[in-house]
Amino acid sequence: MSAATPAVTRKRKTLKEFIISKRIHRNWQLYLMLIPVVAFFAIFCYGPMYGITLAFKDYKVLKGIMNSPWCDPWFKYFQQFFESPYFSRVLGNTVYLSLLSLVLGFPMPILLALSLNEVKSIKYKKFVQNVTYAPHFLSILVLVGIIKSFTNSDYGIVNLIIKRMGGEPYNWMQKASLFRGLYVGSGIWQNVGWDSIIYIAALAGIDPALHEAAMIDGANRVQRVWHINIPGIMPTMVILLILNSGHIMNVGFEKVFLMQNDLNLSVSDVISTYSYRIGLESAQYSLSTAISLFNSLVNCFLLVIVNTISRKVSETSLW
Amino acid sequence: MENTQKTIPVNKVNKNSRLTKGDVIFEIVNCIFLGIISAIILYPLIYVISASISDPMSVTSGKMILWPVDLTLDNYLEVFKNDNIMRGYRNSLIIMFGGTSLNIVMTVLAAFPMTRKDLWGRNVIMKLMTFCMFFGGGLIPTYLMVGKTLGLMNNWLALILPGAISVYNMIIMRTFFMTSIPYELHEAADIDGCSPFMTLIKIILPLSGPILAVMALYYGVGHWNSYFSALLYINKEPLQPLQLYLRKVLTANNTQSLMEMGADEVARAAMRAETIKYSVIVVSSIPMLIIYPFVQKFFVKGVMIGAVKG
Repeated sequence: MSAATPAVTRKRKTLKEFIISKRIHRNWQLYLMLIPVVAFFAIFCYGPMYGITLAFKDYKVLKGIMNSPWCDPWFKYFQQFFESPYFSRVLGNTVYLSLLSLVLGFPMPILLALSLNEVKSIKYKKFVQNVTYAPHFLSILVLVGIIKSFTNSDYGIVNLIIKRMGGEPYNWMQKASLFRGLYVGSGIWQNVGWDSIIYIAALAGIDPALHEAAMIDGANRVQRVWHINIPGIMPTMVILLILNSGHIMNVGFEKVFLMQNDLNLSVSDVISTYSYRIGLESAQYSLSTAISLFNSLVNCFLLVIVNTISRKVSETSLW
Repeated sequence: MENTQKTIPVNKVNKNSRLTKGDVIFEIVNCIFLGIISAIILYPLIYVISASISDPMSVTSGKMILWPVDLTLDNYLEVFKNDNIMRGYRNSLIIMFGGTSLNIVMTVLAAFPMTRKDLWGRNVIMKLMTFCMFFGGGLIPTYLMVGKTLGLMNNWLALILPGAISVYNMIIMRTFFMTSIPYELHEAADIDGCSPFMTLIKIILPLSGPILAVMALYYGVGHWNSYFSALLYINKEPLQPLQLYLRKVLTANNTQSLMEMGADEVARAAMRAETIKYSVIVVSSIPMLIIYPFVQKFFVKGVMIGAVKG
């Protein structure tokens, strides 16, 4: 708009002219609406981001974040984390647990969506959809509560069945070897239906003409799924894979935290729970902040890498 | 739903052409596969509901496998007699309604200006908001900000303010505004002398019923189910939401709090406590169970609008 007015003299615009040329005066109500929004992001997103400087400071409660002294080598707390005996354990557990969730959990919703798409009876399809979406609405607490009750060594249904078949009952939650299976399995149980919605939507967007043409050429159902449906939802799959890999280091903290106990700590201790223990239970704020910062940076790094690879390979990317 | 409508033409073609033997087998195998998945997902849900209305003895001895045995409502009576649960329930409802109202207002306030093409600075603000989706301050800085700097310990505001806008939901709402409402309406209102604020109230919001419902439900479910922020900021028992009490009962490995309302003998009390847990699960999920059938379609729509954006 400013380009439209010919600049007779090339002097700098006054504030008033600037406001008029950008229509700021006409949109003052919009800026008014944005005030609480900007305040929200400033206080609850960028404020804590400033707090990240804690990772490089010796935090003193009385002095606050701003006035606490910088720590001597600036990487002191990072070094402390890397040299801690827990480092390899929490890093390994984090990566293992999320890769396991990704590898086992990612294909399931796709399989469900492809399968649902082939059902001809609309009633049956609706039924399966309603059933599979339902667990998504349970809270994580209820989910973990159900796992605990089901696997209770005395009264849990799982153990009652084991007992009936002549086996030895035991408390599943206290077996470190079962933690990963329970974590990933219950995650799939809760979210497989919900995660499939996005693929069902993508499948609905595939041009029916493709199927008609394939049928005229004599393709059977399996061939059509393989050569039309799967390539059709490939961009969606890639986007979700990128997004998920940006969360590799963020295992579902709230769920791990609830499922954790002293007996499975060797496999259930992940970076986020470790950082919680260090930060809020032993009040080592700086160390805890350094650990979360390390975690966030690795996440961003992974997101960028996967996005770059995907852009090169499949021409699908987030940016 | 959109998807079913769109698949109809394919079905018609299928009916016209003759079904081959392979197609029939495929259909059957496919339906059985989906049947097995539904059964696996449904079983725990049915078991929990059945156990909650069965006699504790039958549940804990394994007599009850799927359907209720020796029907009784005693478990529920115990739950409703428990003051902690009822108080948590009330707190959670207040937090849910208050928090969701704030969420809706804030999300609209963020999304609407971002749809106006003539707003100077729009892209910068949008980028700053999106950045928050991928990077944040982390646990401790947020905790210090909310708990110490703002002094919101033991204040319900600590549960609703920090999550007042979900960037992801804001983007969904913005996408809806931009794709479902023609921009010409904004321009027409502008020419007729309607201010941006009145455009929002008189034109945009009345056309946005579905997306507002979706957002209210996303946020509402989130508030009802969240426990971690309450664990951080609310340590006075009378103020705690239901989920925090559930944590004590369901996952903290002690049945102490339930024993008080259990029977006199210890063994029987333990059995009762086990069964009452199932009733607690059902009671705490009731709001979700009630809204689920009505809103399932809306939820799906929300995911699809999000998918358009990718």
